[in-house]
Amino acid sequence: MMRSALGYAIVTLSAIYALFYVPQHADLTTMINGSVYASYGVLALSLALIWGFAGILSFGQAAFFGIGGYAYAIAALNFDNTTLAAAVAIAAAAFSAALLGYFMFWGRISDVYLGVITLTVSLILSRFFNQTAGDQWTIGNAPLGGFNGIPSTPIITLPGDPSNPLPPEQIYVLAIATLVICYLLCRLLLATRFGAIVVAIRENETRAELLGYDSRYYKLGVFTVAGAMAGAAGVLFANCVFVSPNMFNLQTNGQLIIWIIIGGVGTLVGPVVGCFLTLMLSNYLGTVNHSGILAWLDPNLVMGVLLTMFVLIMRKGLLPLVISGFDRMASAIGRRPAKSMTANTAVDLSQ
Amino acid sequence: MNDGGNLLQAKGLTKRFGGVVAVDNVDFAVRYGELRCLIGPNGAGKSTFFKMLSGQLKPTSGDVLLKGNSIVGLPTARIASLGVGIKTQVPSVFDGMTVRESVYLAAGRTLTSLLARKRTTETLEQMRISHLAKRLVGELAHGQRQIVELAMVVAPQPDLILLDEPAAGMTGDEVSHLANVIIDLARSGAVIVVEHDMKFIRRIAKVVTVFSQGKVLSEGPAADVLADQRVRDVYLGREAS
Amino acid sequence: MDYFFIVVLQLAVTIANLALVSIGLAIVFGMMRVINFAHGEFLMLGGYAAIISNRAGINLWIAIFLIAPIVVGAVGILLERLVIRHLYGRMIDTMLATWGISLALIGLVTVVFGNTVSGISPPLGSLTVGRYAIGNYELLLVAVAAALFAAGWLVLRHTSLGLIARGTMQDREMSAALGIDPSRVYAATFAVGAAVSGLTGALIAPIVGVVPTIGAMYIAKAFITVISGGVAILAGTLGSSVLLGGVNTLISFVFTPVLGEVALLAAAVVLLRLLPQGITGRFFRKAL
Repeated sequence: MMRSALGYAIVTLSAIYALFYVPQHADLTTMINGSVYASYGVLALSLALIWGFAGILSFGQAAFFGIGGYAYAIAALNFDNTTLAAAVAIAAAAFSAALLGYFMFWGRISDVYLGVITLTVSLILSRFFNQTAGDQWTIGNAPLGGFNGIPSTPIITLPGDPSNPLPPEQIYVLAIATLVICYLLCRLLLATRFGAIVVAIRENETRAELLGYDSRYYKLGVFTVAGAMAGAAGVLFANCVFVSPNMFNLQTNGQLIIWIIIGGVGTLVGPVVGCFLTLMLSNYLGTVNHSGILAWLDPNLVMGVLLTMFVLIMRKGLLPLVISGFDRMASAIGRRPAKSMTANTAVDLSQ
Repeated sequence: MNDGGNLLQAKGLTKRFGGVVAVDNVDFAVRYGELRCLIGPNGAGKSTFFKMLSGQLKPTSGDVLLKGNSIVGLPTARIASLGVGIKTQVPSVFDGMTVRESVYLAAGRTLTSLLARKRTTETLEQMRISHLAKRLVGELAHGQRQIVELAMVVAPQPDLILLDEPAAGMTGDEVSHLANVIIDLARSGAVIVVEHDMKFIRRIAKVVTVFSQGKVLSEGPAADVLADQRVRDVYLGREAS
Repeated sequence: MDYFFIVVLQLAVTIANLALVSIGLAIVFGMMRVINFAHGEFLMLGGYAAIISNRAGINLWIAIFLIAPIVVGAVGILLERLVIRHLYGRMIDTMLATWGISLALIGLVTVVFGNTVSGISPPLGSLTVGRYAIGNYELLLVAVAAALFAAGWLVLRHTSLGLIARGTMQDREMSAALGIDPSRVYAATFAVGAAVSGLTGALIAPIVGVVPTIGAMYIAKAFITVISGGVAILAGTLGSSVLLGGVNTLISFVFTPVLGEVALLAAAVVLLRLLPQGITGRFFRKAL
C-alpha cells in the first residue's frame, strides 16, 4: 500500500518510464521480456488483491490465467475478431472464478481447505489439457494440442483493424498499460465501501457478519474480479508467449506465491515488484554458466532458500520493510500518527 | 414501537452436544422496551442459549422468533441486518482499523455516507470515546475495546441488542457509564444482557432470568429473583429443590 | 472373470500406493497440524538413498527398509530443528516455508546428482492372471502398506510411546503439565513422518525411477489425500485412499489413466465441499 505522496510519485514515474521511455530506447528483446513480465505482473496483482486484502489464499490462481489464455486462443481461432476474443476470455475467466467462488464460499471453505481446492482445480485443468493431443481434441478451428499447447494463436489487433496484428513493441505497450490499468482498478476498488468491507472481513469475519455484512457475497465479488484480472493476464501471455497446460501447473502457482511473499503480502505494488525481481533473478540464474562454485546457483536451490528465509525472517516481504523504513525516517523528522490499514479508503475518507 | 408485543421469543429451545443437554426445552420472551438480564452459574447454559438467540449456534430443536418471524437457520449476517446487534463474550473487533473507521463501518450499512458520518460522531460521543477516534483498536486496553465493540453494536440503532458480559475488564467509571448507556438503550428497543457481575446486575436489572442446568430456574422482577433462596442455593452449589 | 480379478488387484495396488505416498504427510499433519510441502522431496530422497546404496553394493531390501528411512529421518530431524520448530501454530507459514525447503532440496539434489533419471528394475517378476499380468512387486507394496498401517495402529493403541503421542496430539499443554516435553515429541514425530516418507519413497523407486523433480508428482496427490482424510492419521488416510483410489481406478479402466487422475482430483474437490473437515472430521472422529 503506498501511503505517501512519495510512493504514488514513484509508481507514476515508473509507469511513465515503462510506457513512454522504454519503447523509444530499448531493444526488442527487452520489450518482449517486458511483455512477459507485465503479464505475470497482472497475475501477481490478482492474487495480491485476494490474498493481501481479502485474506483468501488461493493456491490455484493460475487456473484463471490458463483459462484466459486458452479461451482467447480458441475464440480468436474461431472468430475473426481478436478484440471479441479477448473480451470472451476475460469473461470466461471471471465466470469460472464466480462458479468456483460460489462453490467454495457458500460452503464456508477457508484457509488450508480453500488452498487445497483451488490447487486441485488448477491441477485438474493442467492434467486435462495435457492429454488433449490428437485430432479429436479440437474446438472448431482450434486444436488443443496436448502438452505442446495451441500452436499459432492469433495475435491481438486494434479494435477496428482486424488485418493488422500488433507488432511486439505495441504488445509491450498494451501489456504495460494493462498492468497500470489493473493496478488503478484495484486501488479504486479498495477505496470504495465494498473494498473497506472486504478488508474488514479479512480482519474479523465474525464481526463483519455481526454488523450485517454477508461475507460470502463480498468474497465472491473480489474473487471474481481477481479471476477476471488473471484472465486478462492470460490473454497477454497468449500474445507474447504461447498457450500451454504449463499455465495451470504446480510450478506456476508456486512461483506466483513466491513473488507475493517476497514482494509483500498486503500491498499491491509489492507483489508486482517481487514478480519482476524474481523473474529477473531466475533469468539470470538460467544464463549463468553452471560450473565450479557457480553450479550451486541452481534456480530451485536459490529460490527455495530465498522463500524459506523470507517466511522465517522477513515474513511481511520487501515492500513493507521499505515502507516502514521510510516511516521511521519520517517520524524521526516529524510526528506521524498510526496509519490504519484502511488508509485512503472510503472509510478513512469519512473523517 | 412500545406496543408491548414480543420482540424476541424462544419456544422449546434445546441444544444437545453429543450426550450433553446444554439447553433443555426453554421458553423465553422479551418485549419491546425491556431490559432483561440472564444470569446463572458457570455451565448453566446461558451462553449456549445466548448463541442460539444470536444465530451463532443452531438449536437441536425449538424455534427462535424475531418480531414474529423464525430466524433459526438464518446466517448471522441476515439476523444482524434484521435489526439485531450482538456483542460477543470475547471482544470481536477490527484490530487494524481506527475506532472511527470501525464505528463508521457499523453505521454505514443502512445509511448514506453523510448520515453515516453524523451517526458515527453521535455514537462516539454517546459512548464517550470521541477522544479515541483516531486510535487503532488493536492498541487499546481491553475495557476500551469492549466499549468500541459496544459502539459498533449500537451505531446502526438495532431494535434488539444482545450483550454477552459487556462489563468484563472495564474500570469502575467505565462500568457506571456502561450501566447508564444500557438503561438508555432499552428505552428504544430491547436489551438482553448476560452477566456474571452481581453488582452490575443489581444496578441495571429490571427483570432477571436465572439459568441452571440448561433450564430456566426463576424469572421475574430483579428484587424478587435475587432474594429467592433457590437462586442463592444454585450459586452457592447446593441442590435446587 | 480374469479381467475382474485383475481390476480388483489393480484397485488394491492403486489404493495402497496412494496410502503409502500419503501416510508420512498424514503423520505430521495429524500429530502437529503441520503441512509439510517438502514431503514429495522426502519421497525423492528416500528413492535416491535406496538406489545409490543399492548401486554401491548393499542388498536392495536393506537399502529400502533400513537405509532410506534412516537417511530421510535424519534429514527430517535437521529440518525440524532448523525451520519447522519456529513456525508451530502458523499453518500457512509452515506450508510456505516447507515449499521453500522443497525447492531447495530439488536444487540441492540436482547440483549433487545431476538431472538424469536413475532406476532399478522391480524385482520379483510378475503374476499372470489369464491374459493379464501384474507385477509381484506392486502386490508386495499392498502387503507392506497393510503391515505399515497395522503396525501404526498397534503402536498408537498399545504402547506407551503411542499413548504419549496421542496425548500430545490431543492437548499439548496438558501433556507438558504431565512432564512430557512437547517439543521433543514433535521433533520425534517429524522424524518418524520423514522416515516413513523415506521408506515409501524407496519402495516406489523401483517402479517409477528417481529424478530430482519426482516429488512434484506426488505432493499434490498426497496433500489432497491427507486433507480429504481429515485429522485421524490412520483412519483418515485409509478412508480417503480407498475413496479417491477407487474413483481413480474405476475411471482409468473405463476411460484413460489420465482421466482417472482427473477424476481423482475432481472427487477430492467434491468431497471437501461436502465434508469441509475431511472424512474423519465428520465420521469416525475418535479414530486413530
